[in-house]
Amino acid sequence: MGPFVSPFNNLLCMLLGISFTVWFKLLLVFIIVPAIFGLSLGIRTLYMKTLLKVFEWATLRIERGAKEKKHLLYKTNANGIIAKEPTSLEEELKEIRQNGCNRKLKGPTTIIGHTPTSSEYEMSDIFYFFRRGIESIVDDEVTKCFTAEELESWNLLTRSNYNFQHISTRLTVLWGLGVVIRYGFLLPLRLTLAVTGVSLLVFFTTLIGLLPNGRLKCLLSEKVHLMCYRICVRALTAIIMYHHSENKPKNGGICVANHTSPIDVIILASDGCYAMVGQIHGGLMGIIQRSMVKACPHIWFERSEVKDRHLVAKRLSDHVKDKTKLPILIFPEGTCINNTSVMMFKKGSFEIGSTVYPVAIKYDPRFGEAFWNSSKFGMVNYLLRMMSSWAIVCSVWYLPPMTRQEGEDAVHFANRVKAAIARQGGLVDLLWDGGLKREKVKDTFKEEQQKLYSKILVGVHEDRSRS
Amino acid sequence: MGSRASSLLREEDIEEIKKETGFSHSQITRLYSRFHSLDKGENGALSREDFQRIPELAINPLGDRIINAFFPEGEDQVNFRGFMKTLARFRPVEDNEKNKGPPSGEPLNSRMNKLLFAFRLYDLDRDDKISRDELLQVLRMMVGVNISDEQLGSIADRTIQEADTNGDMCISFTEFTKVLEKVDVEQKMSIRFLH
Repeated sequence: MGPFVSPFNNLLCMLLGISFTVWFKLLLVFIIVPAIFGLSLGIRTLYMKTLLKVFEWATLRIERGAKEKKHLLYKTNANGIIAKEPTSLEEELKEIRQNGCNRKLKGPTTIIGHTPTSSEYEMSDIFYFFRRGIESIVDDEVTKCFTAEELESWNLLTRSNYNFQHISTRLTVLWGLGVVIRYGFLLPLRLTLAVTGVSLLVFFTTLIGLLPNGRLKCLLSEKVHLMCYRICVRALTAIIMYHHSENKPKNGGICVANHTSPIDVIILASDGCYAMVGQIHGGLMGIIQRSMVKACPHIWFERSEVKDRHLVAKRLSDHVKDKTKLPILIFPEGTCINNTSVMMFKKGSFEIGSTVYPVAIKYDPRFGEAFWNSSKFGMVNYLLRMMSSWAIVCSVWYLPPMTRQEGEDAVHFANRVKAAIARQGGLVDLLWDGGLKREKVKDTFKEEQQKLYSKILVGVHEDRSRS
Repeated sequence: MGSRASSLLREEDIEEIKKETGFSHSQITRLYSRFHSLDKGENGALSREDFQRIPELAINPLGDRIINAFFPEGEDQVNFRGFMKTLARFRPVEDNEKNKGPPSGEPLNSRMNKLLFAFRLYDLDRDDKISRDELLQVLRMMVGVNISDEQLGSIADRTIQEADTNGDMCISFTEFTKVLEKVDVEQKMSIRFLH
């Protein structure tokens, strides 16, 4: 047995050795070298087109199969579950009162021709609030922003599947093949790339940190950052289309974008150099942050400093005043939203008074859902899901710079920027605060509605007393 | 997310709910998906907190009463059947003609049942009368702090006076129906569910 095992072992070791070397050479040539020079071989675009064809086939197959077996398919309704009436409180209450005279007025009858507004409280006033309440239970604007968007067609991932039953062998085989490719080939490949990218970043930025401050340092740091982010982009198989690069943020400005996931940072930073803002973490994240700041000035806050709004504003405006420093990248929503809408922008970054460069990011959810549902998945789980999807496909639009106008306050300016981003990205522009993901809504909104209703009620009453 | 939700609902359940409420198959599956997404505890039932998490409902002045309408007497959880039965009351009345074969007895979304549902919003203690206090409570919820107690009291008194026919200073269901006989209840208490 002895002599038989050892040559076999040797053979095995040799094969493993060869495949490793081949693997690394391929990796180097096709992925890392282009990343260093910022070139693209077009592999990812080809991959994307093939996938689309496969998805179309899969969806048609499911629909055909369901028709044959007479199953009813779950269809997402892009228009919503209900059709909401756009009437306002005032319109509806006026209508109720005009149809009025539904009360027997006891005592002396009123003059004929008297306006029906002599009745004040109508018991049917509650109908408006009741109906609006039920409508919001069935379909509201806010809660659906915090869960992933539903897809129209299936993309062969179990996680986005609603209708999968055994329809056909071919479909199941395709799905199985998909699992093997994604977990067996793509995931290890991407993990290797990610590890390479991050370690190179930490290593080189620490090295560059040893240089004296000056033009050489900034130049090198730029090159290193771009290179490592490009490797990370390939680690996610992210296929990004940049539009209007002439509007790219310049030094001394603030770049604002809508926030869908932590990957947004990698996507933007692989096309330009930014100064990041954030809270300093512990662990691996902290190591990366600390080494990055050695090479070029980023703005990291200690946990305690984050609460102090004046301190934050001061550091941001100091950074912005220095024209040699890179533009700041900020996500004013403050939390991840599911990329169908844009929620309220916090006014802090708009008070500083520098030029704002808005950027709109829109992901294509067919290839992999990029939204990070932080209440459902932790960061590690999320990254694993990212790396085992087909690809991350997105479009980035650089919008023309905007500045605060005379007499415009920060909130109004923030809303103006938000509207521009929503318009470009095809997203719904919402006034709600992204903080509603975790917190309760403020009572002031309810109080506004109560005030409005009271005005109508009392206003009518005043009419009556006047006559 | 709708990912596994529709597969948790069995065909027999869907058929029963269809018979009871008059919703179509696709409406039921979509509403189940919504129910599932509101159910953060994933235990197949909604609690009051689950409803209060909806911001648009939390800022509705009558929000708490509306949430109450879903929960049967004394209970803290509402399952999908109960959820659908309450929503069924807001189906438009015309839809009954479209789905041939109405359920036995009065359908949940008839004019009378809609009025009864609205009556129950006022009548908290379920004694089939709206007392002055109950009316004041609802009024106070809708106006907040913007109207004084005296003014609100006189509004309530006037409303009762004009509706009360048998002099017991309370509004019974019949008196309530009479007051609202000219109001287009079918339209105001209906929501257009898309197919």
